[in-house]
Amino acid sequence: MKVIVDQNKCVASGQCVLATPEVFDQREEDGIVVLLTENPPEHLADDVRQAAVLCPAQAIWMEEQEKNE
Amino acid sequence: MKRIVIVGASAAGLTAAETLRRRGYGADLTLIGADPRPPYDRPPLSKQILTGSWPAERIALRSPQELARLEADLRLGRSATALDVAGRRVRLSDGESIGFDGLLIATGVAPRRLPDSDLAGVHVLRTLDDALALRAALLAGSRVVVVGGGFLGTEVAAAARTMGLQVTVVEPEPVPVRRPFGDRIGALVADLHRHHGTRLRCGVPVHRLRDTGGRVTGVELSDGTTLPADVIVLAVGSAPATGWLTGSGLSLSNGVVCDALCQAAPGIYAAGDVASWHNPRFGTRMRLEHRMNATEQAMAASGNLLGDAVPFAPVPYFWTDQYDTRIQAYGIFPPGAEPRIVHGDPSNGHFVAAYGHDGVVAGVLGWNSPRETRTLRRLVVERTSWTAFTTAPTLSPATVN
Ligand SMILES: Cc1cc2nc3c(=O)[nH]c(=O)nc-3n(C[C@H](O)[C@H](O)[C@H](O)COP(=O)(O)OP(=O)(O)OC[C@H]3O[C@@H](n4cnc5c(N)ncnc54)[C@H](O)[C@@H]3O)c2cc1C
Ligand code: SF4
Repeated sequence: MKVIVDQNKCVASGQCVLATPEVFDQREEDGIVVLLTENPPEHLADDVRQAAVLCPAQAIWMEEQEKNE
Repeated sequence: MKRIVIVGASAAGLTAAETLRRRGYGADLTLIGADPRPPYDRPPLSKQILTGSWPAERIALRSPQELARLEADLRLGRSATALDVAGRRVRLSDGESIGFDGLLIATGVAPRRLPDSDLAGVHVLRTLDDALALRAALLAGSRVVVVGGGFLGTEVAAAARTMGLQVTVVEPEPVPVRRPFGDRIGALVADLHRHHGTRLRCGVPVHRLRDTGGRVTGVELSDGTTLPADVIVLAVGSAPATGWLTGSGLSLSNGVVCDALCQAAPGIYAAGDVASWHNPRFGTRMRLEHRMNATEQAMAASGNLLGDAVPFAPVPYFWTDQYDTRIQAYGIFPPGAEPRIVHGDPSNGHFVAAYGHDGVVAGVLGWNSPRETRTLRRLVVERTSWTAFTTAPTLSPATVN
């Protein structure tokens, strides 16, 4: 799973941080999203998906990578 | 369930369709939307789309591929005109009638207008077409009067002012955004606008619009003064889009009346701006016109349509952007709720206020303080005692971050 954020679309709502603090943070000065890791571990996939769905600015995407095995 | 119909193909309707599919609903899904355009996001309409800083394509909610992946029968440019609750059918504007086992109502709201306001130069703002028409008018005009100093009106005023127009906001209350957030925040929003050169005429209702040969020329206020204008924007609130449900037997009162599960009748649910439901967290009925709620309520309602039976009990979230200022709010702000600054200082443009109601913190409002506001949301979640709170000093930076 690869996570992509668009800082220009982000409205600093912090919903992603509430959903998955392991993956998202907000900039100190204006609260715009900061991605802590582009490739979070699989066990966080559901939480990241929840963040992407809830984001009120539609600023988060996930690229699910095909598993090799 | 063999056939689910969703009426309204915007934020809430689209989220409902996606939730149903994600939750494994594999049978027929029909999504009916009056707007001929594929689903798009509304908050940027009064911000980046008006000022022209974003092209219209930027606000599409999904790509054509993503919409196709829903495997839904998507009927855009078609509206529902009637609902037969007992017969389980929805009638469409083109005469067709579609049967359902489950129905989700997500028709949102429509802007209110003033009497005799059907004149050239008078605008409302709800759809992308509205926004593009208003932008063209702002580019061509020089003086705009915004009728209504709520969130929409103040955002439009800020956008028009940023574009260099001479802008006046007319509001019958003594300050803008008073109903949602009270006098103190209203006064700060008024200062913000004055600081940017936007004029405010508060405390004076509009008497009528003036026109010459069907084109608007200005606004006459009840004190007799007339504000000349090339463009008038009506931002006087909106009404739930429930006309098509009249006579259906569903209870309609400031929206589709639902229970705590967002259910209006067996197998019939509502979500988003159109839905009035009982929020058990606050023990009160509410109807929210907030972007986040459209998503959250659509997820909850469609889950309940599939049998979750989980009451929808969110902490409401709302934001507004005006000039360089972002105001964010969690919770509820009933009339009479008492605000107290708990972080920062209004005089330096960054602060968070908590609002006490019925002995607990019911809402927090942040002004250019996104991280702190998100952190202090927990005062609402935990129903922090207001009395314990008002005797304590301002929160320490450590509590806030
Ligand atoms: C200009 C503007 C700025 C905003 N800014 C903010 C903001 O900064 N922050 C915030 O929190 N919220 C904001 N909002 C509010 C937010 O956009 C709404 O809460 C959200 O769009 C609600 O989604 P919805 O799907 O419930 O309703 P809507 O988005 O209104 O969608 C309802 C859909 O139903 C369709 N429809 C209506 N009647 C019928 C019918 N009979 N048959 C078929 N289809 C029908 C309509 O065409 C529409 O597409 C803003 C709204 C506007 C208009
Ligand atoms: S949820 Fe979306 S808008 Fe909110 S901070 Fe995260 S990326 Fe930004």
